[in-house]
Amino acid sequence: MKPIPGINAPAKGNMAVLKPYDANKYVPDGYIFTRWVASMPWWAPFLILAVMAIWPALAHAQSRFSTAEAFDALWRWMPFLLKSGFFFNVLISVLAMTIGTLAGAALGLAQISLHRPVRAMAWFITQLFRNSPWLVLLFIVLLAFPFEVNIFGTVVRIPDWIKGVIGLSFPVMANISEVVRGAIQSVPTTQWEAAESLAFSRRQILWQIILPQCYKRMLPPWMNWYAILTMATPLCSLLGIEELITLSRQAMESEDNHPELLVPFFGFALLLFFAYCYPIARLTIWLERKFVVKL
Amino acid sequence: MTWTSDQPIVSLKDVHKSFGSLEVLKGVSIDVMKGEVICIIGPSGSGKSTLIRCINGLNDIQSGSITVEGQEVHDPNLEMLELRKKVGMVFQQYNLFPHKTALQNVMMAPVLVLKENKQEVETRARKLLTKVRLQGKEDSYPGELSGGQQQRVAIARSLAMNPDVMLFDEVTAALDPETVKEVLVTIRELAEEGMTCILVTHEMGFARELADHIYFTDRGVIVEHGPPSTFFSKAKDLRTKEFLSQIL
Repeated sequence: MKPIPGINAPAKGNMAVLKPYDANKYVPDGYIFTRWVASMPWWAPFLILAVMAIWPALAHAQSRFSTAEAFDALWRWMPFLLKSGFFFNVLISVLAMTIGTLAGAALGLAQISLHRPVRAMAWFITQLFRNSPWLVLLFIVLLAFPFEVNIFGTVVRIPDWIKGVIGLSFPVMANISEVVRGAIQSVPTTQWEAAESLAFSRRQILWQIILPQCYKRMLPPWMNWYAILTMATPLCSLLGIEELITLSRQAMESEDNHPELLVPFFGFALLLFFAYCYPIARLTIWLERKFVVKL
Repeated sequence: MTWTSDQPIVSLKDVHKSFGSLEVLKGVSIDVMKGEVICIIGPSGSGKSTLIRCINGLNDIQSGSITVEGQEVHDPNLEMLELRKKVGMVFQQYNLFPHKTALQNVMMAPVLVLKENKQEVETRARKLLTKVRLQGKEDSYPGELSGGQQQRVAIARSLAMNPDVMLFDEVTAALDPETVKEVLVTIRELAEEGMTCILVTHEMGFARELADHIYFTDRGVIVEHGPPSTFFSKAKDLRTKEFLSQIL
């Protein structure tokens, strides 16, 4: 397998002083999570699953409910878990990412505003949501937001999963804000000066010259945050939002809560998340390397 | 006040500039007439680059005055963009826009800033690239060009704005010796066409040959100045002599 920097590649030396500064080597965020996922061989979760599946079979040898029956139960529930469960995880992650990216881009631009109060406020919001536990933000949104709104006499009920989307988009927004700010500031100031001397306005410089150079740099960290967000969607199950984990628990309950069910059901959830995030992680690392070399 | 061409096109009077407590320019005065070529030379850290950057407002000044065509550069009411349309600048590190081709680099400012017709700008841009001997490189990205080629694109990019004054900030300092010449040839042609040029340079031979007037700066002041004929042979100041003896 190819070495993944930071995971199984040789550690970089700490002798930054000896190395010439290279603006193109700038990495807006450490993709520790993505690197970890990407460094796994594709069969790793199957191996874990196999070990886990054999172990309770031995431990519960006396039980009347066999492992085979447990997998049989999973097989029956699988379409339901996929369609009504994992589909929602994906939907929540896509919507939260969309909202978080739009809000985060605006917040990131506000962080480099010429107006000091705007800049300070954007920095504060970014730091606040970046450093809050995701679950706390989810709870706040769930409990603080109304469960229905009255629009011109029509009462519209807000489903819990929408609140989950909003709750998750806050930390995404804050982290994307940092990605945007970091990418803009990684463009050498000489680019600003060259554009200024050609009589470009600040707005033109930002949109025509600086940001187009940032998109490539922002893509890998953006995908990194999408993978993290997707992995965080099961937090919604703690709020009773019907997604994969919530439905898996309900399915196991209806199968009489045999302990043998745990490994097949949660193992299935693990596999789904892995299958979804693994290609994203590999692609992220691939893109990142490509851009580091090419820029 | 209206400016007429018998007055200095660029005029610096007693310019003071400091970065924090570090005073970089301590009262510099220079007058440049239209069509003149001015070379500013001096040891590193003597404030040459700061001086030239003040002329198009990239650096602000603490006191004194800088006027371009009679307009005060550091007047807070001045439309800075109007000034910058008149003053072109070329940098040591080229600073081309890496995501645009050579042609797009040249076309960008006239199209987006001056709102000129795209076809007309393209015709002009191609002519300019031919003028700096880069025909055939129109669709190359800066990363695919050598330092000397990039610097000539940067010159063409500035010229596309039809400036009245060109500022050159050590434009050959980052180049390989063999590519220095191609850039100097371009600047020489420009000077011979009557463009007003202000150069910060270490190319003494070039300065001697081309400049109408040479200014020697050291520690934030102009120590000595004069036309090349007297400047190089009859330098009076000790610091100038010392510098010239090291560099010539």
